[in-house]
Formats: sequence, C-alpha cells, structure tokens
Amino acid sequence: MARAAARGADTAADEAEQAAYFRRVRPRDWANPVPRDGYDLAVLGGGPAGLAAVDAALQAGLRVALIERDRLGGNSLNYGSIPSKAIIGSARGHVAGAGSAAPAGDFAAVMARMRRIRARIAEYHAVDRLCARGVDIFFAEGRFGGPRELLADGLPVRFRKALIATGARPRPADIPGLAETGYLTSETLLDLTVLPKHLVIIGGGPLGCEAAQAFARLGSEVTLVHSDPKFLPFEERDAAELLARALTRDGVITRLNTTVVGAHRDGGRKWVDARQDEVRESFPGDEILLSTGRIPNFGMLQLESAGVVIGPRGIEVDDFLCSSNADVYAAGDVCLAYKYTNIAAASARLAVRNAFGARDPVSSRHGAIPRCTFCDPEIAHIGLHVWEARSSKIPVKTYTVMMQDVDRAITEGHDEGFVKIHVKDGTDEILGATIVATRASEMINEMSVIMSAGIGMRQLAHILHTYPAQTGAIGMAAQAFARNEAKSS
Amino acid sequence: MRDEPADQELLDRLQRSAFEYLLAYANPANGLVADTSRPGSPASIAVVGFALSCYPVAVEAGWVTRADAAARTLATLRFFHGGEQGDGARATGYRGFYYHFLDMRSGERVSSCELSLIDTALLMAGVLTAGAYFDGAGAEADIRTLSDALYRRVDWGWGVNGGTVSQGWKPECGFLHYGWEGYNEAAVLYVLGMGSPTHPLPSSCFTDWTLTYQWEHLLGEDVLYSGPLFTHLFSHAWIDFRGIRDAFMREKNSDYFENTRRTVALHREYAARNPHGFKGYGRDFWGVTAGDGPAVAVRRHDGTHLRTFSYSARGVPFGPDDGTIAPWAMAATAPFGVEAALAGTRHLLRHFPEVCPEGRFCSGFNPTLRAGGDAAGARESRSDGAGGWLSNGWYGLDQGLLVMMISNHRTGLIWNLLRGNTAIRAGLARAGFTGGWLA
Repeated sequence: MARAAARGADTAADEAEQAAYFRRVRPRDWANPVPRDGYDLAVLGGGPAGLAAVDAALQAGLRVALIERDRLGGNSLNYGSIPSKAIIGSARGHVAGAGSAAPAGDFAAVMARMRRIRARIAEYHAVDRLCARGVDIFFAEGRFGGPRELLADGLPVRFRKALIATGARPRPADIPGLAETGYLTSETLLDLTVLPKHLVIIGGGPLGCEAAQAFARLGSEVTLVHSDPKFLPFEERDAAELLARALTRDGVITRLNTTVVGAHRDGGRKWVDARQDEVRESFPGDEILLSTGRIPNFGMLQLESAGVVIGPRGIEVDDFLCSSNADVYAAGDVCLAYKYTNIAAASARLAVRNAFGARDPVSSRHGAIPRCTFCDPEIAHIGLHVWEARSSKIPVKTYTVMMQDVDRAITEGHDEGFVKIHVKDGTDEILGATIVATRASEMINEMSVIMSAGIGMRQLAHILHTYPAQTGAIGMAAQAFARNEAKSS
Repeated sequence: MRDEPADQELLDRLQRSAFEYLLAYANPANGLVADTSRPGSPASIAVVGFALSCYPVAVEAGWVTRADAAARTLATLRFFHGGEQGDGARATGYRGFYYHFLDMRSGERVSSCELSLIDTALLMAGVLTAGAYFDGAGAEADIRTLSDALYRRVDWGWGVNGGTVSQGWKPECGFLHYGWEGYNEAAVLYVLGMGSPTHPLPSSCFTDWTLTYQWEHLLGEDVLYSGPLFTHLFSHAWIDFRGIRDAFMREKNSDYFENTRRTVALHREYAARNPHGFKGYGRDFWGVTAGDGPAVAVRRHDGTHLRTFSYSARGVPFGPDDGTIAPWAMAATAPFGVEAALAGTRHLLRHFPEVCPEGRFCSGFNPTLRAGGDAAGARESRSDGAGGWLSNGWYGLDQGLLVMMISNHRTGLIWNLLRGNTAIRAGLARAGFTGGWLA
C-alpha cells in the first residue's frame, strides 16, 4: 500500500514536471502573434542553432521572429543530448552503485529522472523568457513564400535576413521489412515505459554506442550491429577498439563488419537479419533501435520559392554559411557534416554576424571544435586526426600519454584510455587531440582553450596543472615534447 | 655482436627444436605443414612459407641434407603449382593466391576460410627464398622454375578492392570488406605485390597505406605504432630493413629496423610499468602479441574482474592485454638487440620452464591465471600447477619465425638471400625505398 501510494505521488510529481516542461518548450494553449511588418531576422527552427541565433540577434538589437513546428530546444533538449546524457548518467550510477538517484532496475524511475532533467533545463530558454525579450514566436509549420518571405502556417513573415536552422532527423530505414517489423529511433526511444529485455541496435556511431552501453548497464541484453570494421567512423582506431572492448565488458554483444539485410517478426519477437561475409545471422529483440545517422530537414520548406539550393550535406552554404540566396543563411545540422549541439550553436552565431555585416569564414574556426561520444570511457576529439593531417601532406607526430601512467587516474581507479596530442612534426604547433578517459568530455576543453589561444607544446609544458589531476596527462604530453626537444638540440 | 658460448648453445637449441616442428608436423608428400600440433589441425599456407624459408637454414646448420631439403621444397612447390586454382568452394587457390588453411592431405580449402592475401604473401616470401637458395642443377633448377612461376601467377592487382589492398576473398561473398589500417605486418605483402613483373599492385596502394600510419611518442620512444609485437617481426624475417628508407622513414629520420628495435624497448618499458599488475611482467618478461589465450573470466585478488581472450591480437600499450605473453617472442627479437632477447628468454626459462615443453616454446602463457580457483573452465589449455595457464601444443608460425630470426641474427642468411632477389628489390624500389644496401 505504502509503495503504491509512493508511486502515485511519483506519478503526480512527474505529471507536474511534464506540465512545466510543455509550458517552457511549447505551451498547449499557444496562440501565434500577428506578424509585424517585417523582421530583421526570421529564424526557422528553435533548436540549439535557432536559439543561439535568436540570442545573438537580440544582443545586436535586431527584431526577431522564430518559427518552430514542434518544441523549443530542438533535438538536443527534447530527444538527443540531454535525455540521452540523463539516461547515461543513471546507467553510470547504476554501475557505480551510487550517485545518480535512479533506483537500480527501475526503468520508470530512470525515464522520470530524464523527464525531470529535461524540464529543468528547458527553463533556461523557456518560451516566456524569449517573449519577454521581444521575440515573436510562431509555433507553426514554416515554409518560404518568396525570397524575402516565410509563411508560418500561412501567415506571412517578411524578413531582411533569414536563418534556416531546421536541424536533422534520424535517417529512416531502407532495410527490407524493418518498417513493417517496427523500430525505434533516438526520438521514439524516449517513449519506452518498460526496459526492453532484448534490444538490437543497428548502427555503431556515437548514438548507437551510447545507447548500447547505457541500456546494457540498465539491464537490457543488447546486440549492437555495425557495418564497418570499427565503431565510431569519425574516430581513430585505438579509440574505437578501446570502446569496443568496453562495450563487450559491459555485456553488449557486438557485431562489426556486419550488414543488416532485413528484419521480420516471428514468434512474437522482432528479428534483425544480418550478414557477415558469407555468414547469415538473425538477432532477436523486443525492440530494435535504428541509429544509422541523421539527415537534414528541408523537404517541407519550399526552398525553391526562395532560390535556396540543396547540396550533398543539406542546405548548400558557402564558407560564410550563406545559401544561394544572399539573404538566407543556414546553420547547424541542416547544413553541416558534424551534427553536434555546440557546432550548431556556434555556427548560428557566426551566421548571424555574417548576415549583418561581418565576414567571418566558418573555416577559420572549424579546426577547433571539440566533440565527444559519451560512453564509458568517453571519447573526445578536437582538430585534425592524424590521417587528415597526413592526407594533407602535413607531417605529424603524436605525443601520447596513457591514462594508466597518470597518478590521479591510478588513485581514482579510472585509468583506462589515453591523451593523444597531434603536433605538426618539427614544430610545437598543436593540430588536434584525441582523449579517451572517464571524463574526456571535460578534458578536451583544455585542449580547446589551448588551441584557440594558439598555445604550442613548448608553452604548454610550462603551464601548471593541479596535482594529481586527470588533465595532468596533457601536461605530461607537453613535457615529453620538451624532453624530446632538449634531447635533439 | 658476438654471443657468449652459453648463449650460442641456448639459441642453437631453441632454433633446432623449433625447426623440428616443421619436420614433425609436415606432410612430406605435398610439403604442407600443420598450423598447430593439435590433432586435426589443417595446414596453414603461412607456416608453409616459413618452412620453405627454414629449409636453407637447416641445410646450413647441418640438420638436414641439401638433397633432402631440396626434395621437400620441390614437393611443396609442385603441390602449389598443381593444386586446383579456381573459384570453386574446395579449390586450393584462386588467381595465384591460396586459401589460408588447407587440408593436410588433399590440399583442399578447409571449411569456409578466406583466400588470404597476407598469408599468400608469406607463402610467396618462402617460395622466393627457396628459389634464391637452391642454385644448383637438377631438382634445384626445377625449384627455381617453379618458384618463379608461382610468384608470377599471383594476381596481386586483382586483390585491390575499392582502392585498398583487401585482406581476403571468399567464393561465397567476394572480397572481405576491410583493409589495412595503420602499420602492421603487411609490408612484405606490399613489397612482393609491387615487385611482381606480371600482375603488380599499383604503388599508390602503398602510399595510401602509409597515410594511415601513426608516428607516436609512446612511453618514451618515438615509434611507428603497431600494437602486437609480431607485426614488427614478420616482414623482417625476410627483408633486411637496416638502413633502407621509404618516404615516411626519411621524413622521420628512422627506418623500419630501428622501429622494431624501439618497439622492443617500448614493450619492455610497458612490462616494467605493468599497469594492470599482471604476474610475471617486468623488463625481462614481455612479448605481448597475437597468439593463443585462455578465454576465461576470473576474479582477481583485488576483487576486479579479468577478462582473458582466446586466440587474438594482443598489443601494447593500447591493449588488449590480458596478462598473456608469447614465450617465443623475446628470443625472436634477437636481431634487434640480442641482450634484451636473451635476458628475457633466460629469465622466462629459469622461472617458468614449463613454457618450453620438449624444448620448444608454446604459443601462449598467462601466469596471472593461477590454477586452483580462478582458472576454471580454461579452454584447450593446461593449468597443471602453480605456473598459470599454458597454451596446449605448438603453433607453426611461432616456430618458423623463431628459426628465421635466430638465423638472421647469427648469419643474416635469409636477409642476404633476398637482398639479391629482383622481385624484392623491385618492390622496395616501387615503394620508394632508397639508400643502404639498395644503393
């Protein structure tokens, strides 16, 4: 009885949180404003890119309209970064046996915690805050009515400049039988109320790997099927192999080099049919998660009326993020290869600056964008990979420090992974870095500051770190550089 | 560098017993040599390549007569020349390449194994060694003719799939869709492939491969990184990389021989640091490489779990490392620094003599897995004492490599034979190697 009452109270609390969440991202009783005569900037899409653009435009004193068809916060807040990291946090706590507040084995509690976190973070850019800052928000389907006009559910929204920030969506299945069998995407995954006993994940990119490890730790039996010889196509082999071993250790059944050729239902279960070389294998699951990448959202925008051209990556933009229409810019997932929240927001701010006078090419900043895959250990990268440098005929030397040689990592028992700093050989110029560590997502930010400030290995060797610290590994790499230089001089 | 008499005697003994494997587990009728000493083991074409290269060593050492070695060699070459080449599922080979594993008696492809490019390269390295060594008349002339014909028949260019050299092909599914990424044992494959007068690999393949190289400062050493120790040894069994350099090594002011030397230092340093606290590891106990393994999961004394692997490519320092070393590996590095090789080998034999049953090194040894408690369920293994897990029997690759490496250390016999080989020289030249003995 007591438990049932507690559960009832939990449910009521959850409903209150959900109500607050919707007030912040899309009020249920919303009425769109009457459009003004014209806006300096009309933003299509209220995700990380759109919200960053709105903020930048407001700071510049511009009159802004924002058109969003679903919820403010975009994929990142509502379906992507925040919910997944909340679930991963619960899963980590589950393994560590402490900390993250979700009782072991209680999937409903894990999901309720995720919703609570999402609602809380939504407050920082809630609808009423933006309205108070003078933004006209249209919750509507947006499309172009002409080169200087958008239509929000048919209402004309005229602009001097527009920014397309409609993001991306999970790539739909082109696997025979999968649609009929039924599958989840990163979006619909959040609708789960019961932990799947068996979960088959198709696609071993960042999202697939994160989900595989988190669900395995929460108690699902997970099979992760990936077509390439290694997971994480954007990351280096040593990092990807370390991750593969970590996944196996957490009980994930991994299948590399394995192509999914079909899916079907049989005996009340869903089956993923795969082929590795000549061997065929079928993996049973209660649920199938498809995570084979994301594709840009532009089909509904009627781009042709604005003369905006599509390229292989989505909206085609130049180095200044301007589309083929000189008054229309794009930012974030809808036009960029790397689909990450930080890149989306940064590109949007740049696009607004460029739209209103500055000429700051995106290429000048693209080299130093940190990113991370939030598995355990985390895998973070910034700047060039070795193969990218070598393909561009840049001689490169990597200074590697194993976390197992870092005092703090040893004392904490988190000594898996490494720091690799890629240096232009013969100089002390830092080209990029890869970090695999429990908190690589944090450590890579030191590299971001270093690279952004133009600090080289020589200077880095003299920068003090706390002792002992995980980031001591960065200092150790620089000191190895200094020792090498002293030896050869 | 001169070895002390006791050292010479030790190396002699290890080399001889390693060679005996190649005789004991061979089918003299067709020259095929078993992959392992375990019952029912198929032949491995790579082991045959090593065996062909070891017969000259044995002749020079007086362990077999020249006529006997020539007869074995000729039987081998005749088998490979006459074996069925075609795209059928049971053929011996296709387009001049051979299946990785063959039936010891019939010579047919075993189960669904792949047509292997690297293993064909190791086989062909042995074929060319035989052709270079046997310079007499009669049977020896036939050896040279067949050696040349077999090498010329390999359609290396066909093995390029999607711009990179494929690892293999199967009649059931075509090319295996992964290539070579990062430095590894494939140098001999590229050199032989590019040196072919008939069906060469395009030289762009080698350049593309070197683009995936990682030059790293690791544990105090500047190295072209590759994790498993054997990847730094296989190509060096045939090719003398001392003083010759490609564009990459010119850029880094090093060479591939020096790189193996540094890699040995790296392995020793790693073992001394022993980050995972494995039993035995130290500056004279190392040799993490591809090989047999225990494949069990155990709880260690400190409460942590140790997952060990079955046959797999272990590496340093990025792993995987489960506390298993290859007992033969230290001795096999003799050409790159005999002091370290001997110090480690002596230490190993003194403390763990069981790694050398009947005087011949087994493939894998893991002293961290103690018998009585935590090694339960070990597969294909013996845990018969306090010493830990031991791989059962012997592996042909280990034995062949050891014979060749000790020979190269002592006399440079194989290196010298292949320095004069036109295919090797042409392949190295097309890969951009210059200097040293190529000059």
